[in-house]
Amino acid sequence: MTTSLLIVQILNGLQLGILLFLVAAGLTLVFGVMDFINLAHGVQYMLGAYLAVTFVALTGSFVLGLVLALAAALVIGLALEFLVFRHLYERDHLDQVLATFGLILLLNQGVKIVWGAAPLSVPVPEFLTGSVRLMDGILYPTYRFALIGSGLAVAGLLWFIVEKTRTGMLLRAGASNASMVSALGVDIRKLFMIVFAFGTMLAGFAGAMAAPILSVEPGMGDSILILAFVVIVVGGIGSIRGAFVGALIVGLVDTLGRSFMNDLLRLFMSAPSARATGAALSSMLIYLVMAMVLFVRPEGLLPAKGRS
Amino acid sequence: MISKFALCLGAGLFALAAATAAQAQEPMKIGVVSVLTGPGAALGQQLRDGFQLAVDKNGGKLGGVPVQITVIDDELKPDVAVGKVRGFVEGGKVDFVVGPIFSNILGAIAKPVLDSGAILISPNAGPSTMAGKACHENFFVTSYQNDQVHEVLGKYAQDQGFKRAYIIAPNYQAGKDSLAGFKNHYKGEIVDEVYAPLTSMDFASDLAKIASTKPDVVFAFLPGGLGVNFVKQWSQAGLQGKIPFLSAFTVDESTLPAQQDAAVGLFGGMTWAPNMDNPQSKAFVAAYEAAYKIVPGSYAMQAYDAAMLIDSAVKAAGGAGDKAKVRAELKKANFTSLRGKFKFNTNGYPIQDFYLVKVAKRPDGKFQTEIAQKVFTDYADPHAKDCALK
Repeated sequence: MTTSLLIVQILNGLQLGILLFLVAAGLTLVFGVMDFINLAHGVQYMLGAYLAVTFVALTGSFVLGLVLALAAALVIGLALEFLVFRHLYERDHLDQVLATFGLILLLNQGVKIVWGAAPLSVPVPEFLTGSVRLMDGILYPTYRFALIGSGLAVAGLLWFIVEKTRTGMLLRAGASNASMVSALGVDIRKLFMIVFAFGTMLAGFAGAMAAPILSVEPGMGDSILILAFVVIVVGGIGSIRGAFVGALIVGLVDTLGRSFMNDLLRLFMSAPSARATGAALSSMLIYLVMAMVLFVRPEGLLPAKGRS
Repeated sequence: MISKFALCLGAGLFALAAATAAQAQEPMKIGVVSVLTGPGAALGQQLRDGFQLAVDKNGGKLGGVPVQITVIDDELKPDVAVGKVRGFVEGGKVDFVVGPIFSNILGAIAKPVLDSGAILISPNAGPSTMAGKACHENFFVTSYQNDQVHEVLGKYAQDQGFKRAYIIAPNYQAGKDSLAGFKNHYKGEIVDEVYAPLTSMDFASDLAKIASTKPDVVFAFLPGGLGVNFVKQWSQAGLQGKIPFLSAFTVDESTLPAQQDAAVGLFGGMTWAPNMDNPQSKAFVAAYEAAYKIVPGSYAMQAYDAAMLIDSAVKAAGGAGDKAKVRAELKKANFTSLRGKFKFNTNGYPIQDFYLVKVAKRPDGKFQTEIAQKVFTDYADPHAKDCALK
């Protein structure tokens, strides 16, 4: 294990964390403010990626394709809200889980009909190809830097909206006590729709930004959804700051665990058994972290105020 | 009266004649079991389409007998596959079942199909169990024994004298078999042997390790979306062209449309490639591309060969009715394989040549694997000695 490898792995962990944050931010808002379990959040991430494939190919420009994909993701999200989610807000969690799970199946099959079953891809935009030289012998792909940068920018924007604007204030109030906000004369339906639209766009943005590095295929949202739920449980439900911290923890623990667990275990084990234990241990490491957080702080690391 | 009687008699005779004709032309029942939903669907569609293409080419007949094809989606779930397949073979006399893609599905459907008396032809899955002790006289494979593909790369790495290898596969049984298969022929140092979670999306940490340990060669078995991610990130990390990349089921015609330029120059192992230099293969590739708009991979090729195998055996046996006769004819493998050379071992698995294949971009902008060099000649799997069949 060398310092340069460690630096690159930390960057990789950060980049995974940022991607998780973009997905988890929308999920935690919808879950926290609306008390609505949206399992279909992962397929909205997938749709963002597929829309990026289509629009980047159509326009020939990554930036233009990204903007169009975001707009389309927003339209689809609003349509889903109108057709499905709106009718579920009053229902209990089990109904929400069943209905949104149904949406996962429907949309996974839907993209297969529209785009085909074979994995697709988006080329890395011309101006972001190549690698950046950090120091001697450490190269890091430019696009991954761009991903980290754009994720941080979104995090900053979200912080500003949530902490400094009136809508943000209502959001925070809604996350603490939605019925009281409604009783004070705020149109809670409208607030819900804004939250939902915003969450959808964030998921779509994450999908579109991931498309150049990951394969775009049906079901790609399912694995990230599980990680996103881990993130919001670790961070605290309904809290953007919690989602940010949780995402970085999960990203770093997963990446560093996968890359150094073997070497660590090899210090006191034979190579084959270290390999077997390492593979098993590193894939459950984030769940161990989640269990630990739940044990010490059941409400998460940075819970939304007034929630316990 | 007489004229009426004659008319009735005439009509009766005509009906009888029509009935006998229909009996002679009673269609052969064939079930095509393939995965058409979920992550493996891109492979399953090639199986289904490759088989259908051969039937269409023969005017809807195989061996001169019209065929009635039932396509069954196994959903890559063994329990679902067993239920559907059992229902199908018990619902009426079935002559052949062709499929599936994945070995775990084959393990599930083999018993109900073979118990029903139907002949089972696997156009892809070739597990070691059914090549050895569990072999069956009514079971044939038109692909390969699974281990052989991984052995191709191990043999090549050994022949090239690569000293240090980094090998990676998903953390499940087939992944472990794959790396074991690679090591059957490769005797150099294994720098690292990595088992990645099956749900891996980002291989950045593995790639950083490869860049820092600088192995002479990398071997990967990362099927489907795993391989798309790995290969794209491999190229983005600047490793393309720097370290030789050998792989099994990681760069093929099902993943190349997504990997594109990132995969050019990477190596795989196979029994065939779309640029195979024989007239039947050229005609097949052209017809498949015209019909389905994509470059066919080994999955389509093996299904096409399965149909042509049935065609040859049913023709020689004069129909599908006499199973013993059909079986004897199947064993002869008296058909023109798209691979050129093809014959069956005693266990119903092929004895054939294996090649190192290399990804290339065609002049029309599409991507395909191309044959780089022959690695094994007339290669038979070692499990046949455990099979009681002669």
